[in-house]
Parts: sequence; C-alpha cells; structure tokens
Amino acid sequence: MTTIFGIPLMVLFGQLLLGLINGAFYALLSLGLAVIFGLLKVINFAHGAQYMLGAFAALLGLEYLGLDYWLALLVVPLVVGALGILIERVLLRRIQHIDHLYGLLLTFGLALIFEGTLVNLFGVSGSSYPVPEALAGGFNLGFMFLPTYRAWVLVAALAVCLFTWFMIERTRLGAYLRAGTENPRLMQAFGVNVPLLVTLTYGFGVALAAFAGVLAAPIYPVSPTMGSSLLIVVFAVVVIGGMGSILGAILTGLAMGLIEGLTKVFYPEAANTVIFLVMIMVLMLRPAGLFGKEA
Amino acid sequence: MAMSDTSTVTAARQRSARRRHGLLYLGLILLGLVAPFVAYPVFLMKILCFALFASAFNLLLGFAGLLSFGHAAFLATGAYITGFLLSTYPGLTPELGILAGTLGSVVLGLLFGLLAIRRQGIYFAMITLALAQMMFFLFIQSPFTGGEDGLHGVPRGELFGLFSLQSNLALYYFVFAVFVLGFALIQRTVHSPFGQVLKAIRENEPRAVSLGYDTDTYKLVAFVISAGLAGLAGATKTLVFQLASLGDAHWHMSGEVILMTLLGGVGTLLGPLVGSSLVIGLQHQLSQSPLGDWVSVILGSIFVLCVLSFRSGIIGELQKLVKRNFK
Repeated sequence: MTTIFGIPLMVLFGQLLLGLINGAFYALLSLGLAVIFGLLKVINFAHGAQYMLGAFAALLGLEYLGLDYWLALLVVPLVVGALGILIERVLLRRIQHIDHLYGLLLTFGLALIFEGTLVNLFGVSGSSYPVPEALAGGFNLGFMFLPTYRAWVLVAALAVCLFTWFMIERTRLGAYLRAGTENPRLMQAFGVNVPLLVTLTYGFGVALAAFAGVLAAPIYPVSPTMGSSLLIVVFAVVVIGGMGSILGAILTGLAMGLIEGLTKVFYPEAANTVIFLVMIMVLMLRPAGLFGKEA
Repeated sequence: MAMSDTSTVTAARQRSARRRHGLLYLGLILLGLVAPFVAYPVFLMKILCFALFASAFNLLLGFAGLLSFGHAAFLATGAYITGFLLSTYPGLTPELGILAGTLGSVVLGLLFGLLAIRRQGIYFAMITLALAQMMFFLFIQSPFTGGEDGLHGVPRGELFGLFSLQSNLALYYFVFAVFVLGFALIQRTVHSPFGQVLKAIRENEPRAVSLGYDTDTYKLVAFVISAGLAGLAGATKTLVFQLASLGDAHWHMSGEVILMTLLGGVGTLLGPLVGSSLVIGLQHQLSQSPLGDWVSVILGSIFVLCVLSFRSGIIGELQKLVKRNFK
C-alpha cells in the first residue's frame, strides 16, 4: 500500500476529507457569525444552540411529521430563522443602544435556555438521523472511498457560502447591508429601513446556522450539546480569520478543518487543541486576524 | 473662602463615607465569624470560595471593563495543582499547596493576558473563551488531573503543620481568612491610584493612552491579579470538597461567574458577594426540588432578565436608590 511519511495514503485522504467537512461547518457557522456581527455588532452566542435546534427540528420533523430530508433542508432554516427574527425583535432590539457586550451575555443566556430545555426533553445522549436514500452509498475513487452524503455536504455548504458571498458583495440588498455596516444612521437618513434590515440580517444568520444543523444531522450524533463545543472552536476560527471579510471567513473555516484533519493523522493527541494553537500564533504574529482590518 | 468651604465639606463627607464603609465591613466580618454556628459550614465555605472567584472576575469586568469568558481555566488550574500536590506529597502543608495553585494561575494568567489584551471588546471575550477551552482539553488529557474522573480524596492536612483542618469548623475559619485577605487585596487595588487608572481605561481607553498611561501594562497586571485570585479560590475550594474535577474547567463555570457578578452588581465591591450567595443558594435549593434538572434553564433566564432590565445588579440598584433618596 502507498504510504506517505509512514501513513497509509487511504488514512491520510480519509482524514483530510473529514477535516474538509468539519471545515465546511466551521465556514458556514463563522459566516453566519460574521454577517450578524457586521450589522448588529453583537456576537451571537446562541449560534451553536441555533445550529443544534436546526438538527433537532429535522429529526423531530422526520419522526412526528414525516418531513423528509429535502423539505427539512428548506423548511427548518425558515422556521428557526423566524425564531431568530422573534429574538431580535423582542430581545436584542432593546439592548441595541448599550454596550455590545450585553448582546453577548443575552445570547449566552438564550443558549443556556435552549440547551437546558432540550437536555431535559431528550437527554444528553445523541440520536442518529438516517442518511437520505438518494445520497446513500458512495464512490470508490481508487485511493479512497467517498460516501455520497459527505460529498453532498461539502458541495451544499460551499454553494450556500458562495451564494451568501454573492448576495452580500454583488446585489443591491448586499450593498445596503455593507453600507449599513459602515454607517447605519446615514443609511436611515437616505430612507433605508435599517431596523428591518437588522432584523432580517439576524434572521438570515440564524437560518444559516439551522441549515448547517440540518446538513450535520445525518453525520454527527444529534444531541442538545452538539452546538456549544463546536461554537467555541468557531469563535477561535473567527479570531483567526477576523470578521472583516466574507471570503476570509469561508477560507479560514475550510483551512482550519484541513489542519485539524492533518493533525488527527500525524499527532492525534493535539487534534482537539490545534485550532486554539493556531489562534495563539495568529494573535502573536498578526493580532488583527488573517483577513481582519482593524486591531 | 467659598472654595475652602466646599473642600472641607467634601473632605468631611468622604470621612463619613469611609467610616460608614468601615462599619459595614466590620459588620460583615462579625457576620462571617458567627455564620458557621447558624448555617452548615461546608455550604458557607462554598459561597466564600465562589464569592472570591466572582470578586476576582469583577476586578476585571467591573473595574477595567474587560469581559473574560475564560475564568474557569484559572479556577481549575488552582484547583488541580493544589489537589495534585497535596495528594502526591503527604508532607506538604495545605497553605503551601494553595500557594502553589495560586502561583500556577498567576503564570497562566500572565500567558493568557499577554495574548488576550492584543484585542478588545468582543474579541477579548472570544479569545479568553477559546484559550480556556484549550485548557479544558489539556486537563482531560494530562495524566496529573485524573482525566474524566478528577482528583478525589485530597487530604486537608494541617495548617502550617500545626492545626488540623479536618473539622469543618476549623476549615471554615481558614477559608474565611483566605476570603478576607483576597477581598482586602481587591478592595485596596480598586481604591489605589492603579485602580483609578483602570477605571479610566474602562471609561475611555484612547483618552487614558493620550494622557500617557501604558494601558496594556495596566490591563495585564489587572488580568494577572484577577487570575491569581481566581486560582486562590479554586485551590481553597479543592481543600473544602477534597476534590478537583473537570466541572471547574467547563465553559459553564465561566458563564456562572459572569452571572454571579452581573446579578450582584458589576463594578460594585459587594455585588459579587451577594450574587454568588444567591446563585449558590438557588442551585442548592433547586437541586433538592423537582426543578433540579432545570437549573441551567433557570440560570439562563436570569441572565436574560438581568441584561434586559437589571443591568446594575442588586447592589447597583440599591446604591442608586440610596443616592436618590438620601442626598
């Protein structure tokens, strides 16, 4: 069998693929965080919980309503996004004018509420969501086996990332959003309904998290705590990339996934911590982040 | 003439305020001394440890405006080092074990601080959280922490090799002394010229820089003091419960200490004391009731309510009330 540095090539590619898929989730989640942060200046601590809610909604929808995977992919982000809109209107709006650290604390409280409620209803052990039939099986690529569902996750996540990038950088709505990020009061003076824009932006960010949750349901165990530990890694990814650039967030997410995959092959003991170590190095060498603008 | 009049009045008012504070602290110390005869000492010791932890955290958030989301790392470092040393070297006296745990947290605080103060605001919170999560994984993997099981049966030993701390009452007075020392250090720091500069940084950092203060050094020193005291709290807690576990290092713990401070009153000296008593008391009550499983939902709801409509916390609101009605 072909080996590289004493590692079978199969293993290496297998881990790189797993890493890339993790990276796709990092990219989706850090993208949502960056979009929300841009306009609201709030770090959405409930992002992990909303991702978890997406996965749970898909699972429960299948179990009780017979909602199939493809419909879930469409409906769940809308439902959880609507919840996000409610949160923004009822809670976040009231603290918009004060120090943005309070937004972090408020969403942290929400994360505790969501997670705690689901732990009580469903326990901490994970359930599994069946891989949809159309995406079962896989290809033999010669040097490795590629499960179809994982290939689909990669394609879908990247497509949504690029769609978001296109929306923000190339459309009129995106231009409003970018202008609102720079100077919301001037936008308001020009007659743009900024409060509505803020609400929709938060809803969209939350919907992105829920979409990631549905995508994740067939490959990771669906449990109430699946979001929180992931979110902390995503925070590190956000610190590494900086939240100034959409493409930067996507690239950093994918790159961190790959680095994690490589570490699993060559030094598995550090697989959990390698992203934090990269964060430390970035902070020492380029504190503003790889794609960040200000310190 | 008028000027000197006002300055005498101010001085007199300051003197009377200081006297009132002195009386308040004296009363609290007396309360602390008689408390173990009224309530269960272990419960009181838990409150004291967390009150010290929250006061240390509050030094950073309340007086320097830095929100650390990773203070659990310092609590756990103090707890693990003390627990490991006391269980491994039976000859070691508890105060040396606690000292070592505290020093460990000071060193960790210095390292974290150097990294985290490179960014401000929300990034500072995310960086401290990520670093603390890294420590959590290191604690799981290190051989000396007992991994998922933690360290059990840590001996309480004899203070200075002379006084046995086996009885809860004896240990209570030791923990109380540790708390009073830690609290006094925070009180002195806050009211010192150093503390005044910290407040200036909190209010307006660019202004403080333009006045010639090296704000990074001030922030770093505050961070290290806060980390060290959090470690002291963790180390003392190990002695009380005779165990150190991963729960201390979990991000929930970092969130809990924020809640204690927020509920009691950010930037007030007594706030963390009140907040931690309430949160610990609430957890204690809930754990014995059918609502026990809902603790994190209830804590989360308190978080949301505090942020929405109770941002000054209990002590902060009381201070406002007093100011409005008695001046």
